[in-house]
Amino acid sequence: MAQSAEISALEARAREFRKTILKIITKAGSGHPGGSLSAIDIITALYFHHMRHDPANPAWPDRDRFVMSKGHACPAWYVALAAAGYFDPEHLWTLRALGSLLQGHPDMTRTPGVDMSTGSLGMGFSAAIGMALAGRLDGRSYRVYALLGDGESQEGSIWEAAMFASHYGLDNLTAIVDRNGLQQTGRTEDRLRLDPLADKWRAFQWAVQEIDGHDMARVVTALEQARATRGRPQVIVARTVKGKGVSFVEGVVGFHGKALTPAELERALAELDAAPAGAGR
Amino acid sequence: MAIRLAQTMASKATRDAYGEAILQTAAAEPRVVALTGDLRDSVRLEAFAAAYPDRFFECGIAEQNMAGIAAGLAACGKIPFVSSFAAFSPGRCYDQIRVLIAQPRLNVKLVSTHGGITVGEDGMSAQAVEELAMMRALAQMTVIVPADATETAQAVMAAARHDGPVYMRLGRSGVPVLFDETYRFMVGVAPVLRDGTDVAVVACGIMVAEALAAAETLAAEGISTRVLNSATLKPLDEQAILAAARECGALVTAEEHTIYGGLGGAVCEVTAAQHPVPVERVGIADCYGESGTPRALQEKYGLTAAAIAAAARRAVSRKRPR
Repeated sequence: MAQSAEISALEARAREFRKTILKIITKAGSGHPGGSLSAIDIITALYFHHMRHDPANPAWPDRDRFVMSKGHACPAWYVALAAAGYFDPEHLWTLRALGSLLQGHPDMTRTPGVDMSTGSLGMGFSAAIGMALAGRLDGRSYRVYALLGDGESQEGSIWEAAMFASHYGLDNLTAIVDRNGLQQTGRTEDRLRLDPLADKWRAFQWAVQEIDGHDMARVVTALEQARATRGRPQVIVARTVKGKGVSFVEGVVGFHGKALTPAELERALAELDAAPAGAGR
Repeated sequence: MAIRLAQTMASKATRDAYGEAILQTAAAEPRVVALTGDLRDSVRLEAFAAAYPDRFFECGIAEQNMAGIAAGLAACGKIPFVSSFAAFSPGRCYDQIRVLIAQPRLNVKLVSTHGGITVGEDGMSAQAVEELAMMRALAQMTVIVPADATETAQAVMAAARHDGPVYMRLGRSGVPVLFDETYRFMVGVAPVLRDGTDVAVVACGIMVAEALAAAETLAAEGISTRVLNSATLKPLDEQAILAAARECGALVTAEEHTIYGGLGGAVCEVTAAQHPVPVERVGIADCYGESGTPRALQEKYGLTAAAIAAAARRAVSRKRPR
């Protein structure tokens, strides 16, 4: 169980990450701020508290794997990878530029720390399952974490994968659904209804937890509980807010795939600076 | 070096050769694993599943997930062989192959059986006649269509040794055994099976046997016909094809696929750009198949030695007088 000082440190880190995410997307002139901000608390908990990994040795065979199935939120991942030491943070300012280490969607051939390329929705999750199978086959103790979008869960392949993982009892696999309720053009429930989402996972025989995905202590304990589960894969349905942390971005569909203008960025950074870490929940 | 053709009337389906070869490959290479989607019998993986239960993954009828799982296995050092019907893989999982396998150049071997129109009675939905174009369009993908059981066995082992994604198309029905044990398949090499000077037939898969038969017919008419086995569609053996274009002056392509984007397309791309000569494409026109016996379908859709011979005559007649 994490101590409150550790939680506060994670919260402070996530607040800094929010600022960097928005800055690098605005610098790039395009990208996906909404889904990056909804996922960043989860990613922070994974990389700075929960996962077993070694930035100095990104090819360590026993490292835990992270697959960003909702690949468009990669700015959140890149910021965490840079802070962890996988590459020089200076690269963050080249996001989406020609020749950059940091592509618009994750590219395992370019970015240290990225173990699977993704982009098209609904498929990274399957690759995460392949990694979990390989770990089991080789008798390795690493775990695999897959971050899914809720909108992404409209892809049928997500449910093919969910069926497979429980059939094979892959308890070295944890999925986290970033349940921010929005997709590119509207509310998920208006575009193609997902609820009761947690019940769907239960019906697929996964160990299900539903949490507030911005409550750092809760994220940390949910990951620990998932890791302790035996015999079946685990899913954390994390209720989140798209654009979390910036009042005029939160819950706004238009910020799915649009960079903040420099003026908007300034206001957003001021808000984030004024708010105490973790106060948003 | 001349290729010695098998002196036999034996017939064997390339999928049967795959089932045997994957066992040998797995014995030699512990990283090999196999996946299928409820088709372990049809794709001839039952023996593999029995011999290597830990290395065999039944994925159910869910090809998208199967392709993605293969990518994850490859990213952790495995050499996954993914087998389904060509209509379903790549038919049902093209974008997974594109984003998760081809783009990161992961070491996945997509070996699909039941390719082409000779699937037969199951009809057009089961007959993949366009998937070679799909796979050839993917950068970093190697595309192989073996001509017979001997070549299939070697190609399976070559695919396992090859570092990078491979698509291999195999057939359901028995086809003549063309090559004996001295044959050596190499990725990217199109050997000359029969030399000739008036026209060259560039064939793959079941059409190689038809091409050899056509060459006999043409010889009787005084047309000297070279036959190339272009089992590797990508990377194409451009040297062999350009040599044939230069030395024979006219080409025929022959494949169990539409005439768009497969071997015919590949040969035209190379010759048009580097050494234009008349090219006649034998293959399926801009249409789909139907139910029927494999042989009846080959006759109706023009996938025969007679169709190749007719195309060769047309190609020769189009040659400019020297």
